[in-house]
Amino acid sequence: MNGVHDMGGMDGFGKVEPEPNEPMFHAHWEERVLAMVRAMGAAGAYNIDTSRFYRETLPPDVYLSSSYYRKWFLGLEEMLIAKGYLTREDVAAGHAVRPAKALKHGKFDLANVERVMVRGKFDRPAPAPPRFKIGDRVRAKNIHPATHTRLPRYVRGHVGVVELNHGCHVFPDSAAIERGENPQWLYTVVFEGRELWGPDGDPTTKVSIDAFEPYLDPV
Amino acid sequence: MSHDHHHDHDHSELSETELRVRALETILTEKGYVEPAALDAIIQAYETKIGPHNGARVVAKAWTDPAFKKALLEDGSKAIGTLGHVSRVGDHLVVVENTPQRHNMVVCTLCSCYPWEMLGLPPVWYKAAPYRSRAVKDPRGVLADFDVTLPKDMEIRVWDSTAETRFLVLPMRPAGTEGWSEEQLAELVTRDSMIGTGFPRTPGAPS
Repeated sequence: MNGVHDMGGMDGFGKVEPEPNEPMFHAHWEERVLAMVRAMGAAGAYNIDTSRFYRETLPPDVYLSSSYYRKWFLGLEEMLIAKGYLTREDVAAGHAVRPAKALKHGKFDLANVERVMVRGKFDRPAPAPPRFKIGDRVRAKNIHPATHTRLPRYVRGHVGVVELNHGCHVFPDSAAIERGENPQWLYTVVFEGRELWGPDGDPTTKVSIDAFEPYLDPV
Repeated sequence: MSHDHHHDHDHSELSETELRVRALETILTEKGYVEPAALDAIIQAYETKIGPHNGARVVAKAWTDPAFKKALLEDGSKAIGTLGHVSRVGDHLVVVENTPQRHNMVVCTLCSCYPWEMLGLPPVWYKAAPYRSRAVKDPRGVLADFDVTLPKDMEIRVWDSTAETRFLVLPMRPAGTEGWSEEQLAELVTRDSMIGTGFPRTPGAPS
């Protein structure tokens, strides 16, 4: 979706402001949000792509004015309601007033903690040979899906070169809307700065994205 | 029930978000979805097991062991997997090397993808709009915000983390560190030098 989360190349957000000796969390509730998001995902309530999609679908003004973990919280609450694990009545009461829905992997307890700290595997057996090889020139498609995609707007329509092949991976565009993993070849595609930003672009800059095969056309 | 023992507030008014977060944890617990002690354990694991010390050890080893460096650049996950003492890493870590000709910088324009096993949880600036919007269009301007200046003709390569691959920058080894041990070198490796928004410390500079 063409949301405000797709920020690459936007102007007007000001300077980057690193915080010296930044703490891991700025409030206690941030820790709880992180832990709940990880726990409910590990329990099988949603996959990582769905959770990203729910944050992206927050209203643009809310997205831009909320802190990182507030976005995580708002996305989590909406997603759990949409998936039937939570009801608006529960939220209004501040307690569980409706029955629970069974989780695919059961209750998240202490035995599951170690699992959360290991990054998931996303590579899958390839359903077909790769369409592109290293060095091929490719054009990022000019597509504007209304649902989740990992093809940022700033590369759409532009020509780059395939630099790496990462194998076949879960396709976020499908997984986010629960249409299965639909594995696709994943490539690092590199673009010249001036190809992306025009004659005013920095000629010493190159930018790469990791692009799933359905995002690319041969040139 | 939510964890009241964690809440030592020096102010009486809880924020709206904080109240809502507490209520959500109460509901998830009452529904039998999560065990609060397991949430505590997740937080503790994030606070103790991950962090830039992991990445720093990998970088220092690459600086001193050419065979490891070669393996690391070929397959980051596999090479790091051979180091028993470093936190486990996902299967899709790509290590990119800074050279006198090329500087690498990592961003996630769409959200906050970051090699947290190697670097810890990302800092706020990495997740915020100014960095995410400008890193791909004006990387030299962003580096200036970090007081980093590169030679005008040096190539800057920006890696936008748009999939489940993760990128770690292997910075250049500082001059004047000949003969240093891995442990000494690791002390010089900063988080930002592994994102590409900074350099390692130089010998003798305050840490």
